[in-house]
Amino acid sequence: MLNFAVIGQSLRMALQNIRANRMRSFLTMLGIIIGVGAVIGLVTIVEAVSGELMGEFSDLGAGTISIQTYQSIMKYGLTDKDLEVLRNVEGVEGLSPTVSLTTSSVVGKEVYEETNVEGKNTLYFEHNSNIILSGRAFNEQDMSGDAYVCIVDQSYVKNALLGKQVLGGQILLHGYRYTIIGIYKKSDNMMSMMSDDSTLAGTILVPYKNALNMTGNGVVNSLEVYVEDKADMTKVEERLRATMKNLYNENEDFFAVYNFSSLMDMVDSATSMMSGLLGGIASISLLVGGIGIMNMMLVSVSERTKEIGLRKALGATPGRIQIQFMIESIVLSLVGGFIGICLGEGIAVIAAKLMQTKFVLSGSAILLGFGFSAAVGIIFGWMPAKRASELNPIDALRAE
Amino acid sequence: MELGEEILKMEGITKEYEMGEETSVVLKGIDLSVRRGEFLAVLGPSGSGKSTLMNIIGCLDVPTNGDYWLHGKLIADEDETELARIRSKEVGFIFQSFHLLQRQTAFQNVELPLIYANMSDKERRERAEEMLIKVGLEDRMYHYPNQLSGGQQQRVAIARAIATNPTILLADEPTGALDQKTGAQVMGLFHELNDEGRTIIMITHDAKIASHASRIVRILDGNISEGGLEDA
Repeated sequence: MLNFAVIGQSLRMALQNIRANRMRSFLTMLGIIIGVGAVIGLVTIVEAVSGELMGEFSDLGAGTISIQTYQSIMKYGLTDKDLEVLRNVEGVEGLSPTVSLTTSSVVGKEVYEETNVEGKNTLYFEHNSNIILSGRAFNEQDMSGDAYVCIVDQSYVKNALLGKQVLGGQILLHGYRYTIIGIYKKSDNMMSMMSDDSTLAGTILVPYKNALNMTGNGVVNSLEVYVEDKADMTKVEERLRATMKNLYNENEDFFAVYNFSSLMDMVDSATSMMSGLLGGIASISLLVGGIGIMNMMLVSVSERTKEIGLRKALGATPGRIQIQFMIESIVLSLVGGFIGICLGEGIAVIAAKLMQTKFVLSGSAILLGFGFSAAVGIIFGWMPAKRASELNPIDALRAE
Repeated sequence: MELGEEILKMEGITKEYEMGEETSVVLKGIDLSVRRGEFLAVLGPSGSGKSTLMNIIGCLDVPTNGDYWLHGKLIADEDETELARIRSKEVGFIFQSFHLLQRQTAFQNVELPLIYANMSDKERRERAEEMLIKVGLEDRMYHYPNQLSGGQQQRVAIARAIATNPTILLADEPTGALDQKTGAQVMGLFHELNDEGRTIIMITHDAKIASHASRIVRILDGNISEGGLEDA
């Protein structure tokens, strides 16, 4: 009933018709081009941006809850005892307090006024195992408080240690000589990008107790809580919040508890809402594009009435005439869809350049673009094709 | 030459068209019998109903009343799809204005009915080539219609009409758009085809062209009558 010669011939005819009426075909396809282009471009951009955000959040740590405290008159921060209380909350695997301060560092005879110093414990490195670029992380012996070892980041290497010995080299901090045991990769997340400071020499990690001694007040203002694998994040978060409230005399103004996985959920739902919105816009523009195609196909059918009559006289069944015109409309919208996909990806590449995000070719978006344009071709080609197939061959042959 | 069995038979064929309140009767009871190998001319002025008769013979239309057998099959109340199948197998059309597809080569034009007849690729190509050689266009196969003369275009149309080896060749004023000389060449080709045993029914208003046929029927005001050349 349906052979490849019919399809092949229809395809050839369709392409010939598109070529013969270049301007008209292009204008007809414009609706599809713009519709598909917009969808592909926006979907790709949204995917890239949300992917970036998700990447950052998961860098910050899935399975991690952050606690931040603000200094109040009553309480400067969390003491060792407070930390022990938090450590014993049900579902908590461990803590990694962060003590950070800005101080001066000395390498040889050079003084670097602004150097970030952060105190970390061994657990931090267990949960961020891939940040050490060379050398080693802190171990239990380093945590005693009188081991003067440090790990520097790449910008400190670049700014202060260029051409000097790095591993095994020495840095003077608060009157103590620290030996460099490693280089680590500072995560270039949004937070650090925003606080980008060109006068900063870099960041030096020291054992947590050493940093506490430097600050002098012996309290911690920020920490990360690692949650046990099988524990419920939200419940642990609630318990931590309750514990913190208890430690701060029921005053919630001076601390905050963040759960990164709930933030990720938020981004996720925002993204899918965005996608839904884009879908709505897409269906409107594809509807408009489809009407354009239907219009052009109707014109084409009436222009080619005689051809249709001839084909019928030569033995074409109504079904075959219909298939031929359906193929023409599908080819038209698929060509439009293809151009639209190229356009959309082009927009996405430019947007990625402008926003300095990574361009990701979205396979699902391309598939979606092709699927949509094929569907438009079928749906809006059906009526004109049906009309062509129902033409009376006698009238059609007589038509001039 | 020896004529074969009866391949076309019409009995009391009428055709009426509803025109609002009025009914116009175009064919008023046509009886016709054609045997295999005949070269029949249907001669009549315009408005005589000859085009309507041609449409019915060619299965483009069905009669209002009467019986029509083509190749032993009664053509009545067939749906469009079935009529298309009968046309594909039984009828080869040749039109006054050739009706070639302008954007297709001569070869592709001849291929077209073979595609609709579901012929395999290889067979189809061989057949189309064979037909074009037969009408003397072996060196014009890949020319487009606008690169061919009128006579050549009509020969392409003839090649297309005989490609599926139909029961009857149905020609509607085949020389109407040609000058006398090319017209005569086309008639020569018709004679050749007829000598091979093909059945030809030619509709014309031109008695001189009709004289090429071995048998002539006249049609006037929807009535048909056998008539020789002496009446023309």
